[in-house]
Amino acid sequence: MHDNISAEERALLDKFLADNKMFLGPDPEIMRDHTVTPRSAAEEAVLKQGFDTHQAHHIRGLINAALSEAFTMVNQMGAAPGAKWGDLVTAIYTAEGNLAMIAPHGIITFAACAFYPIRFIIKNWVSDPTVGVKDGDGFIHNDARYGGVHNTDQSMMMPLYYKGELICWLSSTIHEGENGACEPGGLPAAAESKYDEGIKMSPFKVVENFQIKRDLVTFLQNSVRDPKLQLEDMKVKLHAVMRLRDRIIAILDQFGREALIATMRMHLEDTETEVRRRIRELPDGTTRVLQFMDSSLRENCMQKISVAITVKGDRMICDFRGTAPQFMNRSVNTNLASFKAALATGLLQNIWPDLPHTMAVLSPIEVITDPNSIIDAEGEMPQAMSLMPLFKACVAWTVPMAKFNYSLPRRYSAIIASQYDQAATFIYGGLTQHGDVTGNFCGDINGMGQGARSHADGEHSVSPVFGFMADSGEHEINEEDTPIIRLGAQRLAKDRVGFGKYRGGMGYEQIATARGSGMWGFMTGCEGSKFPSAQGLFGGYSCPAYQLLKIKGVNIFETLNRDPKAIEVFDILKLMNERPLAGGKYSSNDMGMTFELCDEGEIYMICQGSGGGYGDVLERDPALVMKDIEEDLLSADLAREIYKVVFDERTLVVDEDATRAMRDDYRRQRLQRGKPFDAFCKDWVTAEPPADLPYFGSWDDNRRIYAQNPAINLKVVMNADQLQGFYMPNPKDLQIASLEAQLAKAQAALEACQAAGR
Amino acid sequence: MKVLVTEYLRINLDTEKWECRRCGHEHGNARENYKHGLLVYDRDPREIHKPLLDTQLYERTYSPDPKWCRILEYYCASCGTMVEAEYLPPGHPPLHDIEFDIDALKLQWKDRKEVTEPSIAPDLALEKVKHGRALHAEMHHGHQH
Repeated sequence: MHDNISAEERALLDKFLADNKMFLGPDPEIMRDHTVTPRSAAEEAVLKQGFDTHQAHHIRGLINAALSEAFTMVNQMGAAPGAKWGDLVTAIYTAEGNLAMIAPHGIITFAACAFYPIRFIIKNWVSDPTVGVKDGDGFIHNDARYGGVHNTDQSMMMPLYYKGELICWLSSTIHEGENGACEPGGLPAAAESKYDEGIKMSPFKVVENFQIKRDLVTFLQNSVRDPKLQLEDMKVKLHAVMRLRDRIIAILDQFGREALIATMRMHLEDTETEVRRRIRELPDGTTRVLQFMDSSLRENCMQKISVAITVKGDRMICDFRGTAPQFMNRSVNTNLASFKAALATGLLQNIWPDLPHTMAVLSPIEVITDPNSIIDAEGEMPQAMSLMPLFKACVAWTVPMAKFNYSLPRRYSAIIASQYDQAATFIYGGLTQHGDVTGNFCGDINGMGQGARSHADGEHSVSPVFGFMADSGEHEINEEDTPIIRLGAQRLAKDRVGFGKYRGGMGYEQIATARGSGMWGFMTGCEGSKFPSAQGLFGGYSCPAYQLLKIKGVNIFETLNRDPKAIEVFDILKLMNERPLAGGKYSSNDMGMTFELCDEGEIYMICQGSGGGYGDVLERDPALVMKDIEEDLLSADLAREIYKVVFDERTLVVDEDATRAMRDDYRRQRLQRGKPFDAFCKDWVTAEPPADLPYFGSWDDNRRIYAQNPAINLKVVMNADQLQGFYMPNPKDLQIASLEAQLAKAQAALEACQAAGR
Repeated sequence: MKVLVTEYLRINLDTEKWECRRCGHEHGNARENYKHGLLVYDRDPREIHKPLLDTQLYERTYSPDPKWCRILEYYCASCGTMVEAEYLPPGHPPLHDIEFDIDALKLQWKDRKEVTEPSIAPDLALEKVKHGRALHAEMHHGHQH
């Protein structure tokens, strides 16, 4: 074939290639674009006729009511535990697949990435004669590589036709949980490739003429551990979307297509305009923060996320270059689209909660990453536990934006330290007491402690990091449905807090066991056991490290049967320090645990975490310190040692003069022990990460990325724009090798003794 | 004209200096990293996040691992106020976390009135949480919490 081909030949060649594409995988053209598309011809034509803002306000209200009604339907009827807690959303998109609005109390993240599969459907299925898109069709999807947070979430997406014209798209998404992965519950930390992640639905048609196609549902049911849930929730989502469709058609009947199209478009454009206006108010410059993730959920290893936010006029650029490279066989990678959806969520939740919940909030903001980094991973990389970097994205804004926002004459919401950002809950699976196979996770994931604010302490266990509100679940209902028994729940974790002038909101203890099942198990997926996760602000401390505690080899039910008073209060610290269960094997472990079996009556304990603290601990009002002691949130020793308060432990009366003197003295101690910055750096800064630290990410230069794992003598330094993935050894293989080495050593010693005739 | 930047830092646009908001001490050139003017202390994280489990029994005790994590405490060199607490792996270069364009800042504040005490905004996220909780309670339990 010659090199110079005519335009006609080029068009023919392009068409041939397009028609003969072997696999319609995730499309980079769609997946790397988080922006609102330019006005369509229809939108342009409609807006040329003028725009009635009062009418648009009226229509927006009606859409909100319709989305809210559909949300309520799913919330009330959904079978997935997540649906009952509100871990869902309903949404409306323009004909081009721009997310226009979500239900007012829905989880924005879901919809902020469901526009990607809709764009996929528009690009690939509309004109494909074997698929097509018509009135009454519904499409399903769960693979985050085509859009979505992670593969536990399933969406039902439906085009809305009015008088033969595609006007908009509607969707409903639920965190369903179980998806047939290598571990139950849908969040397999053990997934070492994408093929361990369970069912991976690219967007496909599963509804025709408003009816679910039973053959396809059967296939899906056959692929997951909870077939009843799969069918039930597909029906629930379909019918919620159909009700939403009815309501939108009523709006079209009343106001006409032009009014609806114009309202959705201007809702997006006005939001973008407002975001740009707010950016313009900020100081020009760059603020930065580093986030460190200390676990791959299989082993401890540091992964750095580097965040630099630059403002210049009305431009905002979020630069994540310098972040850790992707792992080839660990599930804590994410694709870029999911990461951006979490960014959109965090921006709304932590910075500008008053803005409309649309994709237009993030659309004007530029995002730069290193391809093949852990936050911009290739499609082949496992990403079943993408929650780890995604939760970091939700809080990535808080510290750097506080530094931009603090100066503003008028702020839009409170200045706030980082919320606790780990998925602290029990993921479970096995055989229920009713003989059903199941897998899912518990609702107390939704009680993460709020960061301290510039004017007040953080609220305890306030919400999930990814949504304004989702219920933490009814344990009694969970106990009826599953073998899980809560020995302790929603008891605030004393002394585990981000200290500061204002302290972080605290998390609660979660103590669980199992009963009445022949086979049951748990997993947990959290980082922050070595390096704290929720960052403080302006001198406030971070939350502490958190652990997973276990008491194995016991049966608490037998113990309590023998002696109902054997343990009167299930308190993690007391149980672990006092060891009241004789014969139990007590252990303190990393918060990342792959699925393991729990025999009847064995005890697993974790905590929801605290948000970061705000400001210097020496400025904390002693009265607030006493209040924490009174409420049993803080021990007297810590009050003295951290906050430097002098008080009578019996009456909690503060000696204000002595406190002032103690604090003044402590400030003097700081002046004595602190070194001038430049001199300090000379001693402190090393050219490379410590050799014995498993470390992934940049060090002193974001263009040079380290990948070092002392366990396998790996040390690579790469250019950031040429990242490759890294393969981690199986921790059990390392353990076996270590034991074999010990055995060989002992054997050699034995042989030496025998040779010496001893 | 002084511009508030954090709880403990402000920029004096006239002198182009970083200043302590507690004692007025000048930390240094506002076009450079404010940390240059502060004192730093490498804090063992176990001194702040104290072990809550018996260290004789367990290695992991709710304290961060000092081989993985250190806390750099930054103090005002004059009054000893703690301006920042930076959590880093040992030896990691401290971050240049605030780098403003001072010329642009001057232009931006040319027509703004000086703010001496920070504005307090409502915690809208919390309001949304409370609203959501009330709706949820109404929907599921038929009463308001």
